[in-house]
Amino acid sequence: MAANQEGQGSEGGLALDPMHQFEIERLLPIKFGGLDASFTNSSLWMVLGVFLVSLLLLAGSKKIVPGRLQSVGEILFEFISNMVRDTMGEEGRKFFPFIFTLFMFVLISNLLGMVPYSFTVTSHIIVTFALALTVWLGATIYGFYKNGLGYLKLFAPPGTPMAMLPILVPIEIISYFTRPISLSVRLFANMMAGHTMLKVFGAFVAALGWAGIVPLVVMVGFTGLEILVAFLQAFIFAILSCMYINDALHPQH
Amino acid sequence: MPQLDVHDFAPQLIWLAITFVTLYILMARTALPKIANVIEERRDRISRDLDEAAQLKSDTDKAIASYEQALAEARQKAHAIAQEARDKLNAEIERERQDVDRKIAEKVSAAEARIADATSAALEHVNAIAQETIGAIVDTLIGAQPSQDEISAAINSAQKQK
Repeated sequence: MAANQEGQGSEGGLALDPMHQFEIERLLPIKFGGLDASFTNSSLWMVLGVFLVSLLLLAGSKKIVPGRLQSVGEILFEFISNMVRDTMGEEGRKFFPFIFTLFMFVLISNLLGMVPYSFTVTSHIIVTFALALTVWLGATIYGFYKNGLGYLKLFAPPGTPMAMLPILVPIEIISYFTRPISLSVRLFANMMAGHTMLKVFGAFVAALGWAGIVPLVVMVGFTGLEILVAFLQAFIFAILSCMYINDALHPQH
Repeated sequence: MPQLDVHDFAPQLIWLAITFVTLYILMARTALPKIANVIEERRDRISRDLDEAAQLKSDTDKAIASYEQALAEARQKAHAIAQEARDKLNAEIERERQDVDRKIAEKVSAAEARIADATSAALEHVNAIAQETIGAIVDTLIGAQPSQDEISAAINSAQKQK
């Protein structure tokens, strides 16, 4: 595949294949039993992200009058805290650390992806799908644990006419089962599309010589947009997770 | 698309699990409680400071009220003192005036007595002067000196006719 790409690059005039940035490279091959647990470039950026988030939120003593970094941490805390309270109510408090971790993990992965030559962890469907599936499975199991079979009332919202039920219930069930897919594909597709686009325009800048100023200007705009998307997608991922967990907490709303 | 390479799934999932769980433990155990604490502490501190400020304000209000009360009392006392002084002075002036009035009345009555004496003395003299004048007039008119008795009888009758 690599040879194929190089051939394409030299023949097509593009310096780089835009999909090359998503390549997984094994930096440190590790075999764990029969399992491939190699430390890859993806792992590197995950570890770096966790390190940076921890640095931001753990470093320094917490003061009554906050400094800049502490303010950022507190703003993030209050932001997610309000989101959890608004979507799930007071019962949702116990899920706050999980939602916060989810948001920070996705956010730092998206933002680190904006660093040139970095790797975007969330541009891989398997990563976003694993996160989405964790949320969805967790919410489903918790919903049955808390409400028993009453959780199934989620598929028949109160006030629905009996005649509508045969149509509505299958729709609700299908929409419920597509939740992890839509949640993960939304994030993955946004990240992948954005980064591919940036790469393509970057290649144009290099290929067009002095006329490359035009795609360069476009790229500056796109970079700003991508940073916005990085925040937005992390927020959407977190708030949808809140809503799914809220369904488990209160199936009849 | 490199994302669909199944061979890359296992290492990504394993490292995702490791890093995500690590981050979760760090956040849930250390970072979030710390931040929650400091926010809570700040909220407490602010409400405590506000309470203290309200306390101080009510103290100030009390002090102002007591000051104003003292001021009003002092003003009232000053009024009372001034009134007393005025009353005392008025009484003294009244006494003095009565004194003077009395003295004046005494002098007036003495003078009146003197005037009455003088008047009665003068009236007595008037009779004698009238006798003398009449005697002289009669003497000049008829050349005869009337007796004292005749003159006084004539005066008395004249006074009666009036």
